Amino acid sequence: MSTKTEATVKMNKVQWFWTWVIGSVILRLILVYFPQNLNLSSRPEVSTPLTSIRRLAEGYWLKQSSMSPYAGSMYHGSPLLLTLLGPLTVTKIEGQPDHLLCSLVFVMADVVTAMLICAAGKKLQVAYGSSLESVGLHQLSEDSDILPSGDFAALVYLWNPFTIVACVGLSTSVIENLMIVLTLYGACARVAPLAAFGWVIATHLSLYPAILIIPVVLLFGYGPDAPPRKLFRQRKNLELDDSTSSDRNCLEDESVNEKRMLKVFSWRPVVLLLFWVLLWSSYVLILCGIYVQQHGGLQEMFKRSYGFILTIQDLSPNIGVFWYFFAEVFDFFRSFFLIVFHGNILLLIVPLAIRLNHRPCFLAFVYIVLSSILKSYPSVGDSALYLGLLGLFAYELKDMQYSFFLFSGFVGVSLFSPVMHNLWIWRGTGNANFYFATAIGYALLQIILVIESVSTMLNHDRMLTKLSTAKLQNVKS
Amino acid sequence: MPLASTTTLALYLLLLLPILSSATLEEEFHEELLVKPLPDRKVLAHFHFLTEAPVADDSFARHHHLFPKSISQLVKKFHIKAMELSFTQGRWNYERWGGLDPISSQNAKPPGVELWAVFDVPQHQVDASWKNLTHSLSGLFCASINFLESSSSYSAPKWASQSALGSLRYGTLPREAVCTENLTPWLKLLPCRDKAGLSALMDRPSVYRSFYHSQRLHLTASTAPADGLDSGIILEQTLTVVLQPNIQKAGLSFPDEFKIQPSWSLSSIFGRKVNGRCVLAKSSNVYLHVERDLVAQLEKLQKNTDAYADNDGGTDVLRGNLGFEISIKPDRVHRELEKSSSILYEYSIKEYNDTEQFDLGLTWKYPVVWSCPLAPLYASRFLIGSGNERGSIAISLKSTELTKGFVVANNVEEKYGKPQSVTDFVERMSVSPSEDKVSTGMMELILRFPCDIKSAILNIEFDKGFLHIDEYPPDANQGFDIPSAIISFPDFHAGLQFSDDSISKSPVMSKLQEKSPVLLYTEVLLVPLTTPDFSMPYNVITITCTVFALYFGSLLNVLQRRVAEEERLLKANKAPFHRQVLNKLYSRFRGGSSESTQPKQQSSSFITPTLIIKIIFVAGFAVVCQFYLK
Repeated sequence: MSTKTEATVKMNKVQWFWTWVIGSVILRLILVYFPQNLNLSSRPEVSTPLTSIRRLAEGYWLKQSSMSPYAGSMYHGSPLLLTLLGPLTVTKIEGQPDHLLCSLVFVMADVVTAMLICAAGKKLQVAYGSSLESVGLHQLSEDSDILPSGDFAALVYLWNPFTIVACVGLSTSVIENLMIVLTLYGACARVAPLAAFGWVIATHLSLYPAILIIPVVLLFGYGPDAPPRKLFRQRKNLELDDSTSSDRNCLEDESVNEKRMLKVFSWRPVVLLLFWVLLWSSYVLILCGIYVQQHGGLQEMFKRSYGFILTIQDLSPNIGVFWYFFAEVFDFFRSFFLIVFHGNILLLIVPLAIRLNHRPCFLAFVYIVLSSILKSYPSVGDSALYLGLLGLFAYELKDMQYSFFLFSGFVGVSLFSPVMHNLWIWRGTGNANFYFATAIGYALLQIILVIESVSTMLNHDRMLTKLSTAKLQNVKS
Repeated sequence: MPLASTTTLALYLLLLLPILSSATLEEEFHEELLVKPLPDRKVLAHFHFLTEAPVADDSFARHHHLFPKSISQLVKKFHIKAMELSFTQGRWNYERWGGLDPISSQNAKPPGVELWAVFDVPQHQVDASWKNLTHSLSGLFCASINFLESSSSYSAPKWASQSALGSLRYGTLPREAVCTENLTPWLKLLPCRDKAGLSALMDRPSVYRSFYHSQRLHLTASTAPADGLDSGIILEQTLTVVLQPNIQKAGLSFPDEFKIQPSWSLSSIFGRKVNGRCVLAKSSNVYLHVERDLVAQLEKLQKNTDAYADNDGGTDVLRGNLGFEISIKPDRVHRELEKSSSILYEYSIKEYNDTEQFDLGLTWKYPVVWSCPLAPLYASRFLIGSGNERGSIAISLKSTELTKGFVVANNVEEKYGKPQSVTDFVERMSVSPSEDKVSTGMMELILRFPCDIKSAILNIEFDKGFLHIDEYPPDANQGFDIPSAIISFPDFHAGLQFSDDSISKSPVMSKLQEKSPVLLYTEVLLVPLTTPDFSMPYNVITITCTVFALYFGSLLNVLQRRVAEEERLLKANKAPFHRQVLNKLYSRFRGGSSESTQPKQQSSSFITPTLIIKIIFVAGFAVVCQFYLK
């Protein structure tokens, strides 16, 4: 009888999940049918020089009139995106909104992203549950069953206003997010070609996901997130102790199991992954090479896309802080600060990887937040991704401090920032400092979010260690 | 021996020949003034000075008699084929002052400085030559032409001139203020400066009080020996002034006095008289141009009065003119070939001197209303949109009177723009998109409109850019100027045909007869751009760096904090410290490498071969480091 009720509860849950997914799709379609996409596609929060669909359309037009798509300083994205989305920007259906086809592609991309997050979350949960069981803390994993973190994260991603705005505003960051999530899913499911494909395309589109290679390699080497590795060791030692003293045979199977759970870094899948990465990247490079052959070749492409990202040439306002910084900074300091700010991303990669190497998925989340703080042209699409992924760790991060403050901060900034932008650009009553202040506030919120989530995760690990050692001592005594 | 001497003689002759031949071609200077009454009670005065110099190969260091040396050096040094520099204040009123006659299509220029040059150098050197030329001209004319040096302020139009493809550069400075400091160096190029001849008329206050004045310098150099007679440098300097004559009380008073044109004389509009010619000038003439429509109106008026008074005076409107009276009898009268055509009165000022000064005057007797020949389309350009994020430039073309299919080449320049609209009338289009801070965007369109078109509007959308604080001009909130668009009508030609061939030598006459394409300049636009706070650099740098320091510091702090450390220390306090450390080290090493090791042996024999190897490795590394650091 209990199984029956459980099954009905599960059925209800599944139904509930799908209604919310369909609801979010309907909401997006309604917004798409508003005239001019509610002007979202030209908002600075949504479309940066890298992700704007207007610039993509311009690049496509230039390409069609047999000029280099990078001529002028309009388009800085990938040629592949141009071939995929370019034709959709010009095809119009009679009586329908201009960018309907594009919007449909973006809505689909959003849904697929959410499904991948959901699937990755399920895989993580299963793996985490089994690893908790193996350190003898299965009661914790049973507690967590109340909230399937995958479904939760997927719904958070779909219903996040940032995601909706990015999707309706036709920001190509939606596609980047899809590729990043594809990488994570591929790595969680240990499908090397998929993960390699996602990583190569995501890096090709926006460069910053390149640092995700570390968590992906860790995922392939060690498997999904688990409690700290020394807990397994402790437990194994203890069990071996036990087994020597007591009956050896009955624990034989379990010790073999333990060995498997000991998380040795396995090189085989990693080498496979690197092989696929090599394959996909050469494939992408060849495709791009063919596309930009007559327009300066790959060198020009790298200069116009990665060079544009790294040198921060476009100083139009966005929700980041770099545009104002580099508009104001003295020219002779410019290169110094460029190096410092980009170095900031790289500096903390290694410490984080050392400290969080047993939780590669969480590490990937932290890297995504870091790159979205320190990006040269951030948009709300990037925040949409990490806020969605945050849902995956809802159980581990349930003790996070300042969560209410962070929530109200995000709400406040997303209300204030458009107001300040309007005052400055359209009404001319404010000035740039007002808008910059909201950008600084937003950066601070993100910084607090990443610091708090990392420290909460580390505390959670400490709690697990404490529980597990206490249990071991109980067993011993 | 005699043979040898003849050969040497021949050699000498050969050497001398080019010098002799060049010496035979004399340098020439012509000064001319063309005066024309305009329909809206204004007077146009067009000074035209022409200096010609033959070119010899060794003339770089040669002394010129009349030709300004600075200009010839310029031509030699930068290999200029053709060049035009104009300084303009005010805007030519195409509706009232005409757009189809040679004077307006050649001398109506956009406000500020306009410079174009065609170079006779290989393609890759054109930009370098242009930059050097701008600097030289800047020094020569006391103007900030050197701002045209930066690649974001000039362009290379493709279709503007078919002959000079790729070697033409064009740039304008719409905000340049034009004043006497630009006129004085320009006058210095004339052999008589403004001391004698027609240039003495240029009274600075009256010139700069004018509604429109444009001083122009046009250079044509043909150094190709095949051209024969034409080889040489032709320097053409013109000053076009539109003045409002003072309304003189003398004369007949009419009941509808507001309609009668104000009478004027050279002394009343310039405040000076011509004291005689510049003695170095080959010809010095003054012309009075009466336009076609005005002549037609006068003839009509005369017919009416003839019918009324039943006079038997001929249809000769030239002297016994009813409409107006000229103070001096012209030396010659030229009429256009067609019937009811414009008339040109010619005065030679050779015989005038200090005692007998030349002062041409025109007194209107009857009110006459006429209009100037207009360009086929009237163009105006304006900005659409509000706010500082994006906007669009609209060019509105209104048909005037001509109903013939024609071609418009449209040359739009903008700084931070992106074009989007494509109409059905576009025949050809060439776009060179702007690159932020590197090059201007330029769009050239060839439009062919149907005959019955009333008006057309071109709409070009653009996004406004954001610049670094150093890239804003001193008065940043004023905005940025977008140079005029140029509209040319290749199917229309401005040119008058005069019957008398003998006077075709005169430069102004030949200019009037020349078939030149009709050109139109639109307004200069002022685009306001958003500015950052110019007083903020230090604040922004410190605040941003603080935020990032906060991020880096606290994240690193979180990562390296160890809460359980004390606990572990407490637990391990029983064992001696070094033993405990060694234990820890050992367990660390063992964890990764050998899991097969028996845990029992942990306390007793922790010195395993791997540990020894590792210690040796570390020691070796230290030794190597030590060695290299020395």
